[in-house]
This record gives sequence, C-alpha cells and structure tokens, in this order.
Amino acid sequence: MGHAYTPGLRVAPETVVRRERRLPLKGDVCVARGAEVGPGTVVARCELPGNVQTVNLAAKLGVDPAAVGSTLLKPVGAAIARDEPIAEAKAMFGLVKNRVASPADGTLESVSSVTGQLLVRERPIPVEVNAYVQGHVAEVLPGEGAVVESRAALVQGIFGVGGETHGTLAIATSGPGETLGPSHLKPEHRGAVLVGGDHVSHATVLKARELGVRALVVGGFDDRDLRELLGRDLGVAITGQEDLGLTLVLTEGFGRIGMAARTWELLCAHAGRVASVSGATQIRAGVLRPEILVPLQAHAGAHASEAEGGTLEVGSFVRVIRQPWFGRIGRVVELPAELSALDTEARVRVLVVAFADDGTQATVPRANVERLAG
Amino acid sequence: MIPPESIRSILATDCGSTTTKAILIERGPEGYRLVTRGEAPTTVEAPFEDVTRGVLNAVREVEELRGRKLLEGDSILTPQRGDDGVDLYLSTSSAGGGLQMMVSGLVLQMTGESAQRAALGAGAIVMDVIALNDGRRAHEKIRRLRQLRPDMILLSGGTDGGDVKRVTEMAEIIAAADPRARLGAGYELPVIYAGNRDAAPMVQACLGARTALSVVPNLRPSLEREHLKPARDAIHELFMEHVMAHAPGYKKLMTWSPVPIMPTPGAVGLIIEKVAKRDRLAVVGVDIGGATTDVFSVFRVPESTEPDATVFNRTVSANLGMSYSVSNVMAEAGIANILRWVPFAVDEVELRNRIKNKMIRPTTIPQTLEDLVIEQAICREALRLSFEQHKTLAVGLKGKQTVRDISDVLDQTGSGATLVDLVDLGLLVGSGGVLSHAPRRAQAMLMMIDAFVPEGVTELAVDSIFMTPQLGVLSTVHEAAATEVFERDCLVLLGPCVAPIGNAKRGSPCVTVEWAPASGAASRHTVAFGQLLRVPTPEGGTGRLTATPERSFDLGAGKGKPVTRTVRAGVVGLVIDARGRRPFALPDEPAARIARLREWNRALELYPREV
Repeated sequence: MGHAYTPGLRVAPETVVRRERRLPLKGDVCVARGAEVGPGTVVARCELPGNVQTVNLAAKLGVDPAAVGSTLLKPVGAAIARDEPIAEAKAMFGLVKNRVASPADGTLESVSSVTGQLLVRERPIPVEVNAYVQGHVAEVLPGEGAVVESRAALVQGIFGVGGETHGTLAIATSGPGETLGPSHLKPEHRGAVLVGGDHVSHATVLKARELGVRALVVGGFDDRDLRELLGRDLGVAITGQEDLGLTLVLTEGFGRIGMAARTWELLCAHAGRVASVSGATQIRAGVLRPEILVPLQAHAGAHASEAEGGTLEVGSFVRVIRQPWFGRIGRVVELPAELSALDTEARVRVLVVAFADDGTQATVPRANVERLAG
Repeated sequence: MIPPESIRSILATDCGSTTTKAILIERGPEGYRLVTRGEAPTTVEAPFEDVTRGVLNAVREVEELRGRKLLEGDSILTPQRGDDGVDLYLSTSSAGGGLQMMVSGLVLQMTGESAQRAALGAGAIVMDVIALNDGRRAHEKIRRLRQLRPDMILLSGGTDGGDVKRVTEMAEIIAAADPRARLGAGYELPVIYAGNRDAAPMVQACLGARTALSVVPNLRPSLEREHLKPARDAIHELFMEHVMAHAPGYKKLMTWSPVPIMPTPGAVGLIIEKVAKRDRLAVVGVDIGGATTDVFSVFRVPESTEPDATVFNRTVSANLGMSYSVSNVMAEAGIANILRWVPFAVDEVELRNRIKNKMIRPTTIPQTLEDLVIEQAICREALRLSFEQHKTLAVGLKGKQTVRDISDVLDQTGSGATLVDLVDLGLLVGSGGVLSHAPRRAQAMLMMIDAFVPEGVTELAVDSIFMTPQLGVLSTVHEAAATEVFERDCLVLLGPCVAPIGNAKRGSPCVTVEWAPASGAASRHTVAFGQLLRVPTPEGGTGRLTATPERSFDLGAGKGKPVTRTVRAGVVGLVIDARGRRPFALPDEPAARIARLREWNRALELYPREV
C-alpha cells in the first residue's frame, strides 16, 4: 500500500456549512426558518428533568419498608423545599419523633414499599442551545432545534479540547513557526479566538484563560501539558465536553510543529472577524474534527473546499509526520518503485525528500509523510 | 455456489477499520495455496462512504501482482472463466470500528456489567455503559448517547419481578436521546431489551415506535443467575440485518458473495476453535488491530466429567490497539509500564507526543530501530491488558448459563477467571500488523511471551500476513481449503517456550531441557534463573522435549517433576524462559533493568544491533 496517509482535514477559504443545533430533550424552538442568527442567538430551549436523589426512609425512620408510605408528610407529586420535613415516624414507644428533611428543592417523585426508598426529583434545569455560528436558519427541527447554515471560511484542526465558543479572531505571533508565549498575550485578547504559531505551553494556556481568551488555535501542544490541563491522561480521543474555561485547537499535532502555511494565511486573512470554534474531536471513526469557522459577509465567489492530500509525485510538497524527521517540510525528489529496507529491517515503499530549510535529503517511508498544498 | 470440490480459486477480503486486505487462493498440484495478497485503505467513511471501493482497490492490487483478471467493471468476476475470475468470493468486516454498542443497566456493577459481558461476547465494542448509578445526570446521559452514535443499544436492568419504574426510566432516557445510527442515516437504531420481563410492555411503549426494538429474555433473571445467550444471538442477528445492511456499500458487497459477510472477530474465533478441537489443545489467539484487540481462548472445562469438554471465549478490548487506540494503551497501562520494556532512556514528553501523534495519524510506521522498540513495548502492554480483560470478562459463548453464587455477585470482576489456565495452554497464536509484520519473528515471539507470560510448555505461532479472518469465513464453506492454507501459508510456528513457575536467586539452577528432534542430534541445555535461552531448531519437524525443573520450580507436573512433550519446531526455535513466574518481574532499578533487557534481546537476536 504505497498511499500516503492524509487525515483529510479541510482548509476552505469559502464553503457552506450546516450545523444541527438540537436540544437534549423536546422543548421550544425560538427561531423561524430563514431567520438571521448570531453565534449567541438562542435557537431552542427546554427544561431537563432535575436530578433524582434517594432517601432511605425506612432506615432513617426505623420503620418497615411497607410502612414508609404512611410516614410521608406530603403526598407524592407535591413540591418540597430543601430541609423541609417530608416524613415523620414515632420511635421508642412513641416517646421520640424521627423526622426526615428533604435533601433538595423539588418534588416528591415516588416511594417504594419494597425498598423503603423515597425519590426526590430536583427542580428542572433550564437548557438553551445557541446558534453557534452566524448565519441563517435553514431548517427548523420541530420541538428539537434548528439547522443553521452559514457561508464561511473553514479550518479543521487535527485535535481539540473544550466546547463551542466564539470571539474575535486575533493573531498573536508574528508567524506560523513562532511559539505562543505569555508575552504575546495582551489585555485586548479578552474574549478573542487567539491564533498562535507552532506551540503553546500549559502555563501560557492557563494565563490565556485567566485573561479571558475564549479559544487558542496553535500548531502543536505537548501531551504532558494536555494531561495537566485535563487532569487525566486522555485515552480515547472523544473530546468536546470538557469544561476548561477555554477551547484549544491543534491544527497539526503534538509537540512543536509549525502551523501549515495555508491554514495560517487563511486565519490571518480573517483577523478581526468573529470566529466560531469547537474543540470537539472524535478520532476513531474520523467523524468529528475541531473547527474554526469564520462567517463571510458577502458571497465572494464559489471556492471548492480543499483538503490536504492527493497523489504523491516528484515535486510534491510534503511534511514528515514521524520520527526521526517529524514536522520537517520539503519536496519529493525521488519515488523509488522498489521496496527499501529501513533501519528496522522492514521493507517498505519509500521516497526521498529534500528539506526546505537546509536542502538536505532523507529517505522516508511513504506512509510517514502527508502532502501539503503548495 | 459452485460445489466445494470444484472450486479452483478463492478470493477473500477482510475490511478492517484502516485497511482492506485481499488474498487470492488457487488450487495447484499441492492443493490449495495462497498465491498473492493486496491491500488498500478502507473506504467506509466519508468522503467515499462505500466499502466496495476499498475492496476493488485491494483486489486490483492482487490482479496486478498476479497478472490475472479478477474484476469485470466494478464487480468481481465469478465464476472463473479460463484464467480470469475466481470461483468463490467471500468477505469479513470490522470496518468503521466494528460493531459499536452502548449498553445500559440499572446498577453499573450488576446488570450493567452483565450487559457489557453479553455485548463483548458477541464481538461488539462497548463504547459506554450507562446506568442509573453511573454518576451522570439524565441530560448528560442523553448527550452522551447522542454524541457517540452507537450501532446498537442493549438495554438491560432489573431482575425478573423486580423494579419496573427505573427500567422504564432508562428506556425514557434512550427515547429522549433519540440517537441516530452511526453508519447510514435514515434507519431505525436497533435496540435490544433484555431486562426485567415485567417492564417489557413499558419499554415497548416507550421505544417501540422510534427504534427497531427487539425484546429478548432477561440477561440477569435473578441476582445469582446470568443468561446471556438470547441477548448475544439478538446482537448477531441485528448486526447482519440492520448494521451491515446499512453500512455504506455493504448491500452491494453482500451481492458479490454467496456467503454472508462475517464480523472479523467471529471469523478469527472460528479458526481458533477449529485448531483447538483438531489438535486437542488449549489455545489462546490474539488479534491486535489499530483500534481494538480481540482475545480468543479455548480451555478445558475444569469441573467437567467429559475429558474433551471445552469452553470457547472471546473478548474485545475496544480501546486497546496500536493506532487509533494507542493513546488509551498509555492511559490504561501507565507510561512506566511501557517504558519498562525499553532498553534505553526515553524523554517522557517526547514519548507522550509520539504516542498521541500515532493516534491522530494512525498509518505511520516506525522508521528507526528505537521507534520500533517503543512500538513493540506498547504492543506488550496492549496485549497484557487485553489478556487481563479477557481473564476477567470472558464467559462461555455456547449458551452455557453461568451460575454464580452470591459472593461472585458481589465481586463480578472475579467471574470467568478460572477458565484461563496458563499451564494448560498448549498454543498461543498472534495476529495483527505489529505481530505479523514484525521484521524478525523472534520479536513477535518475545512480545507474546512478555505479555501473556505462558507457563510450562507452550507452542507459539503467528499469522504470517494476517489472513485468519478470511480463512475463518472460508472454513464455513470449504473447510479443507481453509485448513490447507492455514497450515501451509498462514500459521507460522515460532517454536515452543519452556517457562518454569517459581522464583529464585539470579544465577541459581532453574531447569534442564533435553531436546531430541525427529531428525538431527539431540541436545541438553541447563539454564540458570534469570536467563533466556534460544535453541535453534530445524524448521518443519517435531521433537521430543523433556524439561526437568529444579526442586523449587514447577512446569505443571509439580515442583521438581519433569515433563515430556512432543512439540513442533518453529522458525525461532526452542525458547527456555527462566526469568521467573508468579510473578514475572523486571528489576526496578533502571540500569539493572536495561542491562537485563539487553541481555535477553541478545539471547534471542532480537534486533540487528544493540539498542
């Protein structure tokens, strides 16, 4: 299999995106078809049933489970307040009265004569779904939400953490190869989607969060820092629900790796505009990648969306995506047809690449490069 | 379909999560032989969303390599006409990550775990277990269900005659989530209900209209009893009926073959079971892929009065693998456990980044020897963890009702462990890229020994080019052809491993092995504790092996008692592993550990140079 792998990430100057905005439960849709929406516009809202708390009445009152129903001070279904007495029973030959108070505000859900358990349902939790991206409502999903359509510039990252957010796109570093450090962070970046270069450290991420930066978009990040940020080792790459205080999108990978020129240029071209960002990633089936969307004001003419990748040929611009030349960029100068033995003794199809920075050449397995535009 | 005896050529594909592999088998003067293989990226996901494109690309590679026409337009040419086409085409599939399920029970450790065992046993990947006591609020569960988009949901909960309301509450959560199927929109998501029978009408009312609901008998009819077969059968049936039929391109693929497409783990399991039965051996098979690792085992039933009674077990470790799941191997094993197998210092930051980059760009390969060593270290841990899971979660797949006493009910994870008896294990078979494509076969052998820690005398083998799944499905229609190819071209015997149980001071006597090959000179080897020794053996024959452990060591016959076996020689040779068992431990001190690893690597001539 001589194909170079490409994750097929999209970097599109202009494309039409549709994003389904659904409530977790049936509720009310607040927008009509065709309505113009901003990223913060509420498109639907509902009330989720509150959490259920259990109270072991039989044990607390010292009565038989079959008898707990008669100890209730209010009927099942009644509203109750936190710390309000909800059940009562006499003990010690009627000399002592045991009382049980409600653990939460809510309603008495049910009582079991088998287990002696009382269920208290907490108050409903209001939930709102916003439009996420500026655009118009293309479709209303009755009782569930809406589909928002937007003409936008789209950059898909390779990995992200943190949920959806939006803010003004700001470029922090002078180039795609510069590291985003604490000195790049300015007070005016509060509320911004900040674009850095090849790397950001955990300390800088924390500082950005403190400053109120909504999202960081960088080439690379260390996994050790990701662990610090999440408080755990990320095993399965399903992300997007973390409550981190900001969203982090990596455009290239882990470690120090310069942002691809096309991605950098596209983001720079839209500095100052409002961007919507999602860190949600699912690597497994390739179904979900983090994204940066910059809605476009006017129709600037149709551009086909483009993905990196394509057939490798002599002259192709490539990046090595594995050691020992991880992250280095160059042009293919030779594509030998026959298999070559690696240092590992494995015999595979290779290519010879001339690196752009110093002109040196190296033999690399074809599986270890990805094609870049240019 | 052409009668088996008339079949001249067979084309078989396996659509994996990353790669579609095709093999061509032809009948020649020596019988059926593998003649060539080809592969291409699997095309089940966007932008292609048609599995047959990857199949055609893989077959096209076979065509080119063999110089034979196999395709006619965009389909496979059957039956064979002259030198063109093949008489039989068949396929297995784990594309798109296999069968991905969510299971649900009332209590995580009780019905939740039973449901998990049912799904795992059926060859599914369990994406999440949702239970009333899983610590998440209802809306968080709903969001999770929507986000994960499973292929199927198994809803269990409650013992028969027990709680009805909370089972209904779980059904309501699923109804509220209204989850969409992962592959191919526009069909109802299959949901299997295997909970409290009294709640079935309520579940039907709640889910009947919006899902493809199947109601089967309760998988946990009482606390003391687990009855998984009906749920498993339903999973298999719905997999074919719904999931496969709606996976992109599968409808077309199904028309190309007269044999139903089989899930890859099911096909591998068939072969493992057949080998165990034929050779009357306890067998463990492992297939380590990019996303998942499947472990199969056939062991004798310990308490059975029938001497040949065996139990076949299969588990799928959904998140242990060498590419998509490699990061989870690190998360579950811990970085220290990976690094203990690496005989040089590695910067942790660098290693972590490498592992994550492999996860996001899963098809890259190690270019340097050091990188290969690290990848093989990760493989050891992935295999070890998968085997641990197998030991704790495996239950019989033949509809045996597992009866547990109340202490098992309280300690669910202990169940099933007694079936895996390493001393009884006769054959350990490895499969999957990292084992099959290891540049030296000895590397595959030591990875498996380090991960599975076999005891006594065990033969080891690998699948030469990872074609067990195709041969598994072939065995359902042409067992003779499948067996011939399996023996001659698929199974590569690595050799026997002799591993005494026990520990002693390093350098003290441990075991003496006398090896008498069927042809050639006999030899005698005394091995001290802590050593690893490889005795080259002529390939292809058998030999008589007598191993005598020292008084404090056991090879299965009792301490100090010799064992004699006739074993098959392999390409690596006879490996005498006197590094200790129960426990097998590496030195804690880094310099000593590295020295020991290097010594063992040299003993097996593992790498072309010292690393």
